[in-house]
Amino acid sequence: MTRHVVVIGAGPAGLGAATAAVRAGARVTLLDSADQAGGQYHRMPPDAYEARRPFRICESERCDWWPGAAVWALERRDSGPPRVHVVRGPDADGDGRRRCVLRADALVLAPGAHDRVLPFPGWELPGVVTAGAAQVLAKGERVAVGGRVLVAGTGPFLLPVAASLLDVGAHVLGVLEAGTAGALLRGWTRRPWELTGQAGKGAELAAYAARLARGRVPYRTGRGVVEARGDGRVEEVVTARLRGDWSVVPGSEQVLTVDALCVTHGFTPRLELPVAAGCALLDGFVAVDEDQATSVPGVYAAGEVTGIAGAPAARAEGVVAGWTAGGGTPGRLGATRRRRDEGRAFASRLAAAHPIGRRWAGWLRPDTIVCRCEETDYGTLRDAAASRLDARAVRLGTRAGLGPCQARICGPTLAELLDTNPHHRPIAWPIRLGELANPPAEPKEGT
Amino acid sequence: MPHKPPGVRITVDGTPVTGRPGQTIAAILIAAGRHSWRRGPSGSPRGVFCGIGVCFDCLVTVNGTRDVRACLRRADDGDAITTQPRTKGTP
Amino acid sequence: MIGAGIIGTACARELALAGVRVTLVDRAGAAGATTAHGEGNVLVSDKGPGPELRLAQFSRRLWPEVAGDGTEWQAKGGIVVATTGEGARELTAFAAAQRAAGVRAEPLDPAGLASAEPYLTRDVTAAVHYPDDAQVQPAGAAQALLDAALGEGATLLPGCEVLGAEVSGGRLRAVRTTGGTLTADLFVDAAGPWAGALSRSLGAPIDVRPRRGEILVTTPLPPTVFHKVYDADYVGAVGGDAAELQASAVVESTPAGTVLLGSSRRAAGFDERLQPEILSVIAERALRLFPCLSGVPVMRAYGGFRPYVADHLPIIGPDPRLDGLWHATGHEGAGIGLAPGTARLLTDLITGRTPEVDAAPFRVDRPAVLRRGAA
Repeated sequence: MTRHVVVIGAGPAGLGAATAAVRAGARVTLLDSADQAGGQYHRMPPDAYEARRPFRICESERCDWWPGAAVWALERRDSGPPRVHVVRGPDADGDGRRRCVLRADALVLAPGAHDRVLPFPGWELPGVVTAGAAQVLAKGERVAVGGRVLVAGTGPFLLPVAASLLDVGAHVLGVLEAGTAGALLRGWTRRPWELTGQAGKGAELAAYAARLARGRVPYRTGRGVVEARGDGRVEEVVTARLRGDWSVVPGSEQVLTVDALCVTHGFTPRLELPVAAGCALLDGFVAVDEDQATSVPGVYAAGEVTGIAGAPAARAEGVVAGWTAGGGTPGRLGATRRRRDEGRAFASRLAAAHPIGRRWAGWLRPDTIVCRCEETDYGTLRDAAASRLDARAVRLGTRAGLGPCQARICGPTLAELLDTNPHHRPIAWPIRLGELANPPAEPKEGT
Repeated sequence: MPHKPPGVRITVDGTPVTGRPGQTIAAILIAAGRHSWRRGPSGSPRGVFCGIGVCFDCLVTVNGTRDVRACLRRADDGDAITTQPRTKGTP
Repeated sequence: MIGAGIIGTACARELALAGVRVTLVDRAGAAGATTAHGEGNVLVSDKGPGPELRLAQFSRRLWPEVAGDGTEWQAKGGIVVATTGEGARELTAFAAAQRAAGVRAEPLDPAGLASAEPYLTRDVTAAVHYPDDAQVQPAGAAQALLDAALGEGATLLPGCEVLGAEVSGGRLRAVRTTGGTLTADLFVDAAGPWAGALSRSLGAPIDVRPRRGEILVTTPLPPTVFHKVYDADYVGAVGGDAAELQASAVVESTPAGTVLLGSSRRAAGFDERLQPEILSVIAERALRLFPCLSGVPVMRAYGGFRPYVADHLPIIGPDPRLDGLWHATGHEGAGIGLAPGTARLLTDLITGRTPEVDAAPFRVDRPAVLRRGAA
């Protein structure tokens, strides 16, 4: 009997998993909520996507490619991997999408990550966007998020975002890396031999740096945005010199006129599906073994949910996960595993070079919004955290994390302030009541 | 450019806006110089924040269907977009 | 006081006000379990004449005085509707019996219903308005009760789980906990659905079992639902047997603009796994009442365990087998509403005052509670 593998997420990890599972002899259903495969990494305008049809696995006879398929729930069973509950339709968030249920012999979870942004006064103003938003608008839509743009935060992602902004004609005022030059240097050069397998990644970053130099975009370290101001949208930002722990050096503040600010402080893995599947976590990521198997039998995880390591490592993880999930001979894929391990080592160097300073909350004022959806402010949360209610009761009382985003944005901050699991979202994607009330199409069997 | 594709015409609270085929509603609005179209609980203006369907700050009503993420939804010619007040209107 | 949910905090407050020195222990933080996983119902409408209704009426009178800031107390009223001819006859007779027992239950004609709930289906065969139904934000209510108790000198030990009993001379002298041994003159079991396990560990088992209820939460909407609106089947679901799934529509909005859709009852132990088909049934029932919600997204689902007793009455009073042990549990889905009355009744019994409601129906020594081989 042919194994049926369901792969959730069609970014580099999911594409790798689907390809390897087919190669191992399985039949694959590959799902993504977007209408393009490739994930955020390979984002491109729809005309370019149509012209190139860039991912061969999506055309394979043994792979059912389901674009526009949102997994809204995973249903855990007494045995076997969870059933996958999907709503499918041509339009994102459209009305009247169809429900379907997929039964799989193995499940590969590759949902990826999104920007983590630490709160600061004024971060809710229109024109303040995540670096990812600026990148998607530039790469996928050929639109610049603003005319005078500052890029700030921490991590190597700042560079490609600034380069993409230049490509769509924005005036990039500068790139501010909050990490100090010393921290960057220590992270990047302590164990140079680990970079050997990641020459491609290093060259990619070097190319971005050259692009910024050509565009005369200053890159400054040890400096960050500590406030955004404006009437109805961002008009100016306050930047300040930051110490190694990200406390503000008094008197170092400068005011800059902008019409957009792009911020990132690293990435948050999208953990709602692994958590719904019952997968154990380790240090905030899905715990996996050598074969990318999670703690739940038949459930594998690959890509940024197991650690932020970039596209090449994600693809390698996906290949290992898909091969194993598809019933491929155990222990093979030595070169791929090495690539994966090098990618992970490179990622841990990056993480070491770009840590979040532990004194960042010094930017906050009592009235700074932490939960954007419900506008719960820092002072309210700090007071509530001091009460002796259970964390869930605190969230009900303050409404922090209970709005439409369901703590996807403020969750990591809430996790620091309260002892709470920010990734518990049994409804993984909104589903309309009318869609939910309709019974699903018959479960698809694994043959 | 050898070939200029036709535009996509939508309305936002009745005002016509034109974008390129395949663009999301959010991209069309930003390209047209509009940066906010939703309000937070206190009435503060909001627009795109995450750009990839995570933050739900960019919700709009499309042809009568509420709570559509403008950053994910590709615009169709003729789409009637309305912004969503929190205090009045029908579900 | 073992358990710092709505019942434990209400009892701690009432006992502290009566001059009793109270220590409140909870294995986690306060109000994080059953209390934080319900709708915050303060209902008289779903109870037929009898002891639970008398406790509910008593409790409803007490609620406004115990509700403080942050409880989001809303005396919004309930509307119960029937959608079939038989349902209409049953609802009409049920409301008449409630009126005879002193409940305000006002029949609504179609025009009155349309003006009270403009978005409700017109396909209704009977509707009754219950002005005394109310709603609180349950965690906020527990916080207010806890603050009042602490203000009267009570203490809270969070993260303290009771492991066993120290009994001598037929009396409970102390409980062993993860935080050490605690001695007291009296111990009150306010452990909600975990009362079965707790009472077993203390050597005096009572038959309280978990029944799970699921609730759906929509994204914030403009005002759409103005009362607690439910179909008459809710009474049957709450009053029904333990085993199979029961669901009926309960629809209400919250001050944040979300709409809560309930409600189901299912006996499956402490299984927390999501069951999509139960959510589907809840959605389908809710849409029969409010078809206009069809396009509204559900952004969250949560479920909680309700302390179920086979005869559907709470357990309030001393344990006849073990001196020093008292129980205040078994309220199933009505614990929020019944908390102030339960606390007053328990305190009256402990301090020797004459209770305002008859405590006998809630005694521990009854067949449903002390069943042989209690779970």
